[in-house]
Amino acid sequence: MIQELEDSQLVKYYMNGNERAIEVLINRHNARLTGFIYSKVGDRELTEDIFQDTFMKVIRTLKRGAYNEEGKFLPWVMRIAHNLIIDHFRKSNRMPMCDGTDSFSIFSLMGDEKLNAEKQLIKEQIDTDLARMIKELPEDQQEVLEMRLYKDMSFKEISENTGVSINTALGRMRYALINLRKLVEANSIVLTN
Amino acid sequence: MEKIYQTKVNNSKVVSAKPETIKFLLDYSKSLNITEAKGIKFENILN
Repeated sequence: MIQELEDSQLVKYYMNGNERAIEVLINRHNARLTGFIYSKVGDRELTEDIFQDTFMKVIRTLKRGAYNEEGKFLPWVMRIAHNLIIDHFRKSNRMPMCDGTDSFSIFSLMGDEKLNAEKQLIKEQIDTDLARMIKELPEDQQEVLEMRLYKDMSFKEISENTGVSINTALGRMRYALINLRKLVEANSIVLTN
Repeated sequence: MEKIYQTKVNNSKVVSAKPETIKFLLDYSKSLNITEAKGIKFENILN
């Protein structure tokens, strides 16, 4: 009977394509391995997940023919489970789990970085107003402002690109902002979201 | 004589993986197919 065979023989059978052999191996070591995992993680569902991942790894390794019969089968399986448990704790330390309760919802702390529809509309409006006002500025100020704000260039780069000194570029930027403020006040535009 | 011994009750539960998990693993094993081409092993899950 296949149930009476030793682990090493069952492993060989399985590697030669006998699917029944893995069933015997899983059932034979089920309680021991589950107990081992449960003793470390203390959670029934997590134990089930790690048990499953362990045997998926076992199955893949055996099917690939990458298992070498140096040690015993069970200690090898336990070692895989042990590594997966360590992986789990490493991961949960990096990303701590936080479950909500009836009185506290984790979603009250979490925010969506995206703007809501209303704020998105306001932002688009502000962007359009600003672009229109920039167009009203003298060309040299417009150029410096666009390079600084939209292209994120330094004043050194701006001076090299426009062929003026850094001080001139700084001065143009200053006047551009002063003129923009005047335009905002004159047109009673609100530029806040 | 008064009975002072009590019967031992083992309250510890034996945990073992659920039958669904075992079935999943067996199905996974049956569907997993490894093919080798030019020294590289490819894993396929056959439905």
